[in-house]
Amino acid sequence: MEAQEDLVPTAVVEPPSVLRWRTILAVPVAAALALALHLLIAKRELPLETHSYRLFFIEIIGVSIVLALLRRFSPALRRWMASMWPIFTAAIVIVCVWDVITLGLRLLPLPYFPGPSAVLRSLINDRALLLDSTWHSLGLLLSGYTLGVIAGLISGICIGWSSPIRYWGMPILKVVGPVPATAWIPLALVLSPSAIVSSAALIALAVWFPVTMLTSSGISNTRASYLDVARTLGAGRWYLIFRVAIPAALPNIFIGLFMGLGASFLTLVVAESVGVKSGLGWYVSWAQGWAEYGKVFAALIIMAAFFSTIMTILFKARDRVLVWQKGVIKW
Amino acid sequence: MVAVNEVEASSLVVRDVKKSFPAPDDPHSRRQVLDGISFSLAAGELVSLIGPSGCGKSTLLRLIAGLDSADSGNLLIGSNPITAPNAERGLVFQDPNLFPWLTVRRNIQAGLVARGVLREKKNEVDEFIRLVGLEVFANVYPHHLSGGMAQRAALARALINHPKILLLDEPLGALDAFTRMRMQDEVLRLWQARLTTMLLVTHDIDEAIYMSDRIMIMSARPGRIERTIAVDLARPRQRDSADFLRLRSDILNYLHFAGKS
Repeated sequence: MEAQEDLVPTAVVEPPSVLRWRTILAVPVAAALALALHLLIAKRELPLETHSYRLFFIEIIGVSIVLALLRRFSPALRRWMASMWPIFTAAIVIVCVWDVITLGLRLLPLPYFPGPSAVLRSLINDRALLLDSTWHSLGLLLSGYTLGVIAGLISGICIGWSSPIRYWGMPILKVVGPVPATAWIPLALVLSPSAIVSSAALIALAVWFPVTMLTSSGISNTRASYLDVARTLGAGRWYLIFRVAIPAALPNIFIGLFMGLGASFLTLVVAESVGVKSGLGWYVSWAQGWAEYGKVFAALIIMAAFFSTIMTILFKARDRVLVWQKGVIKW
Repeated sequence: MVAVNEVEASSLVVRDVKKSFPAPDDPHSRRQVLDGISFSLAAGELVSLIGPSGCGKSTLLRLIAGLDSADSGNLLIGSNPITAPNAERGLVFQDPNLFPWLTVRRNIQAGLVARGVLREKKNEVDEFIRLVGLEVFANVYPHHLSGGMAQRAALARALINHPKILLLDEPLGALDAFTRMRMQDEVLRLWQARLTTMLLVTHDIDEAIYMSDRIMIMSARPGRIERTIAVDLARPRQRDSADFLRLRSDILNYLHFAGKS
């Protein structure tokens, strides 16, 4: 429905794109230092072992120099570099410190703490299985999360709106909700023939509780005057629920969605490491079984990227849906 | 008693309405908030209701809106008893209560959406946005509006349903003095343009004299209508005319606020 009309004509204030030379140079210089240190440390290692790691830093140096040259043509690129380069530099420094501690000084016991070059090698060598695991995790996560969100929204709206449902539903919510979903794993594995199905159900359960809690409190705390106004405008029950109470509860609902997402990550990983025979959680415990800690770390890195990407998508969705809140509250 | 022909000419009849609430300090006793309120409004009349805080003005307005029900007595629109909120009785609060998740345009058309008549009456939306002078702000969210603009949007939202009677619960109470006087003219303009019956609750004696055909003065605990004063001043009124000031000092004297002379 005429979405175009709803665009807010507020001017987007861009931060000044001050890009200092030292910021531009920080990334290639840090990468070059990290590479030099690594070459110094890794003289004893087989060249094949550290080949991709060296290549990786050479690429970073190359790309950062190309971007430094291209920055004149794009203000957007300059802004992005100004905001991201300090972070990237810090990341390179951290990887370099990790390299020195593990491969260089051998301060941490092997094989539990491999250096970054070994992790990168595992990441590249095992990419097919890692990709497949990520794909399986995504499928399980999305099916469980979607199910949990739908169930949570429905029960949250019912509990928040109707006092009889609240009377009977709240005790169930209060007793069942706080039990971590992972505590049901032994029971779930017995109850369902398929580990995938029971895991999806557990993820859904983990998501359902916070979504229900936050949705119902959002709905029941809808400002009474909004409902009064709507009623004097001729609103019936459906308008009051779907056009007043739910929009008013959306900020709360999103908090529930975020909490549910966190709970779903946890449940996913635990379920995959004990029951399901696929996914990143399974991959981690499988690699650990073979004492291949390079692969463990590789999977953890993928997991971090995977989960934070999904989190970012939810943040973007919230920014879009709750655009009317901009200026009302500080996020 | 209200005569039969008077009922027909009236848009609102309130007859011996009583309302009590549980006392906040003692749950077993009840406090009489409204004690036998009777009055009627002729169609197209603008009547003010003034009185001290806690005299039950807002409670009375909520009863007329249908948001609460009276303990006893009758509330009639024409000859139909008021049982529930209805689009024929609009209500504007001191807080504009615009829905923050809707743009100004969507707030104003909310009544049409709620009644499921948006499709047929789509063209009226622009008319009402123009009526309150918010064309430029039609597509912004309410938090961008000043207090006066937000209240104008709230008035348009209430008026778009063509209510038989518009209930105004201190609608200008939160505005600064200058905006307030401008908005009084604005409400009068809307009243004259739409010929809507209006019942205005206010704290402000000047506002009541400036705007209304009649002023009803309420007393508190229990709430009763003590006196009704007809304001026979020609419109547009002069806030500093002798008749205006005489009426003002009459009311102040009646309320014992005139001070020592």
